[in-house]
Amino acid sequence: MTEVVDLAGLGLDQGAAVLLRLRLAGLPPGVRLQVFGTAPDLGVHLRAFARAEGHAFVAGDAATGSPAAELVRGVAASARWHGAERAGNAAADGVVAHAPAHWGLAARGASVEAGGPAFHFALAHRDEVWSEDAGELYRAAAAAQWDPETAIPWHAERTQPPFVEDALVQVLTYLIENETAALVVPARFCAQVHPHFREVMQVLAIQAADEARHLEVFTRRARLRSDQLGLSTGGGQASLQTLVDEPDFALASFLLSVLGEGSFVHLLGFLHVHAPDRCTAEIMRLAAQDEARHVAFGMAHLARHARADATLLARLRGAIERRHDALRHTAGLNAEVFDALVVLAAGGLTPAALAGGHAAVVDLQMQMDQGRRHRLRRLGFAADEAAALSALHTRNFM
Amino acid sequence: MTDTLILGAVAYDPKVVTIWDGFLRWFLARGLPFDYVLYHNYERQVEQHFAGAFHVAWNSPLAWLQAEHVARARGRGVRALAMRDTDQDLTSVVVVRADGPVQKVDDLRGKSLGVGAGDSPQATLIPLEHLAAQGLVADVDFRVRRFDVLVGKHGDHVGGERDAAKALLAGEVDAACMIDGNHLLFAQEGTLPRGATRVLTQTGPYDHCNFTVLDGAPEALVARFHELLLGMRYDDPDVRPLLDLEGLKAWRPGRTSGYGLLERACTRFDALAPFLRRMGVG
Repeated sequence: MTEVVDLAGLGLDQGAAVLLRLRLAGLPPGVRLQVFGTAPDLGVHLRAFARAEGHAFVAGDAATGSPAAELVRGVAASARWHGAERAGNAAADGVVAHAPAHWGLAARGASVEAGGPAFHFALAHRDEVWSEDAGELYRAAAAAQWDPETAIPWHAERTQPPFVEDALVQVLTYLIENETAALVVPARFCAQVHPHFREVMQVLAIQAADEARHLEVFTRRARLRSDQLGLSTGGGQASLQTLVDEPDFALASFLLSVLGEGSFVHLLGFLHVHAPDRCTAEIMRLAAQDEARHVAFGMAHLARHARADATLLARLRGAIERRHDALRHTAGLNAEVFDALVVLAAGGLTPAALAGGHAAVVDLQMQMDQGRRHRLRRLGFAADEAAALSALHTRNFM
Repeated sequence: MTDTLILGAVAYDPKVVTIWDGFLRWFLARGLPFDYVLYHNYERQVEQHFAGAFHVAWNSPLAWLQAEHVARARGRGVRALAMRDTDQDLTSVVVVRADGPVQKVDDLRGKSLGVGAGDSPQATLIPLEHLAAQGLVADVDFRVRRFDVLVGKHGDHVGGERDAAKALLAGEVDAACMIDGNHLLFAQEGTLPRGATRVLTQTGPYDHCNFTVLDGAPEALVARFHELLLGMRYDDPDVRPLLDLEGLKAWRPGRTSGYGLLERACTRFDALAPFLRRMGVG
């Protein structure tokens, strides 16, 4: 059996190999393919091509109208794909329960050559990371990205007295270090998730990008006063260290997103309401929107995880208790931040104004507590247990 | 020593260690006790082969002829055990600038020819023999400029051929020699821009490397080695990366019918004499 291909003037240095490979791939081993063509040095190149690709070469006749060569289809071209494995499928329901190390970085749905390198992604089990709505959360996050340059009214009027601006800079200083923790944690786990769970990796990556933007706008707003920022306390950093050091994805996600960022949504809402200027108010509104998505993903994958693993709730409980014990002797929310929140809500230093500000901060803490209890109950904790665990959450809020 | 088959190979590139470490593991996993030793150059390898330092040599075609001549002189038996599919039926080409004065082989008279390393069969010895057979003798009818990269490696390194190709484009030589596969490679990578050069002449087909065995080698181990080599399959994911690195799809039984061109070149240019004298058989 002999097949024919005409390359016309196309040379093997111009893409003729594409046509030859396509034609040869469709032929059974042993079939001869007569190659016609007029490209310079075609016979020389066909000999080298055939040898390199595992096909036999039969020199052609130089006479006009004769093939430049005949290639006899070898077995090697298709042998590379023997034993190749399909890595699930690209749809969201195409994820497998456990993604093998040898699928590596391959796209979900790709056919993976056997014998490739193994990548040891620590988070390779669906139940540890997956959420059915991860893809939708990523798309929502991508659509909600905002440009700090144009989204924030940086030049809006500021009429607040210096002590209010000082209080704001202290709060911003605190927010920056907390958001740094909120960037580092998903960024670290992003590199540990098996790429088979692409949507989870994307959500964590955009979460880190959100936090990078928050660092940018909080810092830029603080620098409207001066390049000297506020205070960073040892207790605050100790609280964040327990978060950054948590090696378990589920536990870190629980502490960061469900409890910490969940509380931060309330804090940012509070700061939006009590912002001393339009620029700050807009920063807080946009940051709160982003944080709400982070909470939504944490809730979604942990709720799924808890349904698949009956031991998860006990582990989550243990994580709160351990963190509480570790932080028992630290100061919690530093007095400077607490006072600054009071001043921002008060707007002035009269006893009456401060009383109102203090009441607003107490109310904020109550709202945070209610929110945590609500989320804990949605994860499956009983009401009394949710109340007890919420009370153990770090006094540093994050 | 005879409970382990030992192979000699020349370290022409760092990947040689990856290749033979990989094959070693593959052979050991299939019950063949195997080890290898690397040499800097083929002359030392052939010398040590006769000194009994190892059993099987992964020889260049020139090293094969060196071994064959020494064996003949000493009354020893020598055979080519196996070779790559890609070692069979190679050709070399002489390339000229498309707009240059050399239109036919005879136009090379008085011109300059860039060749590879002095000991390269494919980029020096065989093309020079090909031209000599057409009446053009190197250093008599045309000047030869050698692009010596890694002498002692018998042209295993592509550098000399690439340098000759660049010198051709730069107008430093009027023609350049290279193996057919490198001509395609240089065309694809742009070293030889399309339309800038053309093939003046192509040698006849010849064979390249082989596994060389001398008489007295441990027969059972050699037989098992041969059997395992020929049993390597490109669809085996354990061995495929090694075959890719070594540049083959399948091992073939050795043959010696493809060394005639090189033998004639060596005779014409007395290319084996220095080594044979060193071995005391010249």
